[in-house]
Amino acid sequence: MQILIKGARVLDPGSIDGQKDILIQDGLIHAIVDPGAESPGVNGPEPGLEVIDAGGMILVPGLIDIHVHLREPGQEYKETIETGLQAAARGGFTAVCSMPNTVPVNDNSQVTQFILQRARELGLSRVYPTGAITRGSKGQTLAEIYDMQQAGIVAVTDDGRPLENSNLMRRALEYCKGLDIPIFVHAEDMELVDGGSMNEGQTATFLGIKGIPNAAESIMVVRDIALSEMTGARVHFCHISTRESVEAIRKAKKRGVNVTCETAPHYFTLTDEDIKDYNANFKMNPPLRSEADRQAVIEGLVDGTIDLIASDHAPHSVVEKDVEFDRAAFGIVGLETSLPLSLKLVQDKKLTMEALVDKMAKTPARIIKASNDIKQGNPADLTLIDPDDTYVIDPSTFKSRSRNTPFAGMKVRGSAFLTVVAGKIVYQRGKE
Amino acid sequence: MRFAKKDILDIESLDPLEISMILDTAQGMKEISERPVKKVPTLRGKTIVLFFQEPSTRTRLSFDTAAKRLSADSLSISKSSSSIVKGETLIDTAKNLEAMKPDVIVLRHPSSGAAHLIAGRVKASVINAGDGIHAHPSQALLDMMSVREKKGKIDGLKISIIGDIAHSRVARSDIAGFSKMGAQVFICAPPTMIPMGIEKMGCTVSPNMETCIEGADVIMMLRIQKERQGNILFPTEREYATLFGLNRNRLGLAGKDVLIMHPGPMNRGVEISSDVADSGGSIILEQVTNGVALRMALFYLVAGGGRHADSH
Repeated sequence: MQILIKGARVLDPGSIDGQKDILIQDGLIHAIVDPGAESPGVNGPEPGLEVIDAGGMILVPGLIDIHVHLREPGQEYKETIETGLQAAARGGFTAVCSMPNTVPVNDNSQVTQFILQRARELGLSRVYPTGAITRGSKGQTLAEIYDMQQAGIVAVTDDGRPLENSNLMRRALEYCKGLDIPIFVHAEDMELVDGGSMNEGQTATFLGIKGIPNAAESIMVVRDIALSEMTGARVHFCHISTRESVEAIRKAKKRGVNVTCETAPHYFTLTDEDIKDYNANFKMNPPLRSEADRQAVIEGLVDGTIDLIASDHAPHSVVEKDVEFDRAAFGIVGLETSLPLSLKLVQDKKLTMEALVDKMAKTPARIIKASNDIKQGNPADLTLIDPDDTYVIDPSTFKSRSRNTPFAGMKVRGSAFLTVVAGKIVYQRGKE
Repeated sequence: MRFAKKDILDIESLDPLEISMILDTAQGMKEISERPVKKVPTLRGKTIVLFFQEPSTRTRLSFDTAAKRLSADSLSISKSSSSIVKGETLIDTAKNLEAMKPDVIVLRHPSSGAAHLIAGRVKASVINAGDGIHAHPSQALLDMMSVREKKGKIDGLKISIIGDIAHSRVARSDIAGFSKMGAQVFICAPPTMIPMGIEKMGCTVSPNMETCIEGADVIMMLRIQKERQGNILFPTEREYATLFGLNRNRLGLAGKDVLIMHPGPMNRGVEISSDVADSGGSIILEQVTNGVALRMALFYLVAGGGRHADSH
């Protein structure tokens, strides 16, 4: 079986940018040729050859979302590995990093193996699991990180909760440095959060919702910058949402500290003022911040302080969302809205298309040491983006098992037309 | 003019004309409570559910009395007697109540936005009797009624509110209401009790108690919650009383004929000294009396007329 993707602008930042035809065979990128060159399919249909007419579209290295809650094992009513990966494929993601806060927690190699085994059976987008830093993500004793690494984890994180004990964080960083595995930091000071459920500010005051101050995030960012500086270990900050965090990371990078960070599309798209009618689909952690923070996040993406975009896909059922705001679960789904929301940055001329592909495909790959380069002989993990597809976000079309999005009804432009993983089409628009 | 609102959820969603209409109606209702037979047939055959998910004595009693004086059938559900303790969601409970065809649901709930949440799901009118730290519109309306009754107006008055603004739904609704009706609202509290951005609601944050009450026409003291003592907002009730308590000396700074208000229950000797609470300017008990009339007015306006313009 061969696939020929014809007529697209092929864009792999730093190596290719131009109209090329790509031939995929045996799961690999078999040939990259100039249009019109002698290649299979140029003279019409051939048996065993699927031709994708990609005129007007952009073919990029497979997008990778390094912050996804797949919920399986344990919370299959929210999402399964299957529905999560279908959502990933539809969103244009050829790979995701699964967060370890499943039930049980992915704090041992058996859970890691289960997730990978399940993903292999499905043959959809790839899963690069992350494991817990501490047993049960309880913040008390280190998990068997090496054992999980042997089983296939690419990073450790206690995502969903901070590692409050600074000394344990220090030791975790030192230990992980020895294993050359990064720690993904969920930066949050729970004492400052103090039971809050949205950004502290005027909107929270008016709604009577207990607020979460910016410092609840940045105080831990600053702590872990200090610990990274001390230990030399790699720290990657998850879902950065405040101007103070962006500024702290900017300065740390200037000093040469070994830190990277991500933000999520909602932090550069919405603010706390968008929270209407106590709709808990606008509730996530960290919370939607102020306009000044939103601008700072965009600025951080533009100047490179923020290395990449990850969705923090956090499926929750209606039971957990259609309730009182302060009792609702934190988190929103993101896999099927991340690409169009991020493309808006290109449409608004904040980022070039190259920079966006860097933040959604290349840099995530570098962080987890995967390769999605478009080059001959490499596994064919590719995303074909239709930049002009204009539509309204409709949660009822989601592949995800959950529909908890604040973006329902928003008009957007751009979508994944085709997602190819290891040479296999896992999603094609209109052929679902 | 016909009252067009289906629900009474907060002060922000009422315009000044609607507020005036509520106050006028309440003033008319007041006389009923003075009669030997304190009952009129206005809402006979209407069903009012008092759905209280938080402890309350005076507010529930006030709503219940108001319903009975208008001849409505009122039913009470409290937290312990409802299926909420069995794990039923608020929306499911509200839908089940709805199935019994009530005309009005009065909801008190510890979560901000709870009344909004059910208002959109039920045909019955929803009256918010206090949701979290968000709103307590009937309290603010009865406060406005009491002030208007004594001062003849609200417009142009200096209203000083002192106490835990951050955790007070009464303060939020009073700030919104009095400023909407043209009063100048000043607030004062330790900075730990002043929520971010509260000025935008229509008030000025005073640097100290003295500035706040200087020349005030109305001083409203909020309850300091003893149950928050273990908290970190202020060190002791003693120190709080020193800095923010209303006593005779401070009262001298206020305007002549100043009105003293308190939504209750009071902590005598903490936010308000006993002599001030019992002084001539105190209208604390009249607030309670007016509360019944005001709630009668709310029931009458949402359930007494024909269909609502915005009913859904």
